[in-house]
Amino acid sequence: MVYLTRIEHFNAAHKLYNPQWSKEKNDEVFGRCANENWHGHNFELYVTIKGLPDLETGFIYDAKKLGALIQDKVIEKLDHRNLNLDVDFMKGKMCSVENLVVGIWNVLKPHIPAEVSLHSLKLVETTKIFVEYFGD
Amino acid sequence: MSNRVSVFRKEHFNAAHRLFNSQWDDVANEKVFGKCALPNYHGHNYELDVKVTGVPDENTGYVMDMKILSDLVKNEIHARFDHRNLNLDTIEFKNLNPTAENIAIVIFNLLRPKIDSKLDLQIRLYETPRNFVEYPAS
Repeated sequence: MVYLTRIEHFNAAHKLYNPQWSKEKNDEVFGRCANENWHGHNFELYVTIKGLPDLETGFIYDAKKLGALIQDKVIEKLDHRNLNLDVDFMKGKMCSVENLVVGIWNVLKPHIPAEVSLHSLKLVETTKIFVEYFGD
Repeated sequence: MSNRVSVFRKEHFNAAHRLFNSQWDDVANEKVFGKCALPNYHGHNYELDVKVTGVPDENTGYVMDMKILSDLVKNEIHARFDHRNLNLDTIEFKNLNPTAENIAIVIFNLLRPKIDSKLDLQIRLYETPRNFVEYPAS
């Protein structure tokens, strides 16, 4: 098996805020991330697929096509958006980077071509924070 | 030969913004600013390089004490802009479009009065790893 990773990026606003809690409790738990008027990040998304190199192309899957697929199914929904307000698959969920990576997995998984499988997602929120998800 | 040396301090802040000219209608804003004009804001990890240039002091060997520069940038810039909405939460951009260009000029103007006038100051601001601006232009 060979693992191939394609990196795409998007810029988005969000806030960490639990509407079931008081403002004070949100401030206590989420600190500055709870700012009601949002803040934002340059997110980087690493999509890793695995498969066997095709005998004729040497590819497990055309990386350019994988890039177009990620753009079409994921980035289009997220880039320059407000994650809390504008993104259908995050509605009703806390907009943490953890929940976002799971949401992206669920959106992307059904579109992964049959000849490969989705191995992992890595989502980088800042230079100091990133999450990984393997679908389990 | 000049003994001038440039020293740099890096800082970063995460903020939301949108690009929008309130004199224009939504159609004109979208035509010019595209996705950056979307009404619910988006955001960036801004990376800031503050460059101070001068001759090292005879007694200390410093162009500028980096601890002083570091505190200055933290207090004047990070505290003001980190985890804020630039359009809504800052007085600096109440009536100024928060483009990277304008943010760099604002940062320069906030820091300039607090740094010895015999030292030169230049701001480099990264809005994304691929888009960055410098002020004053060199």
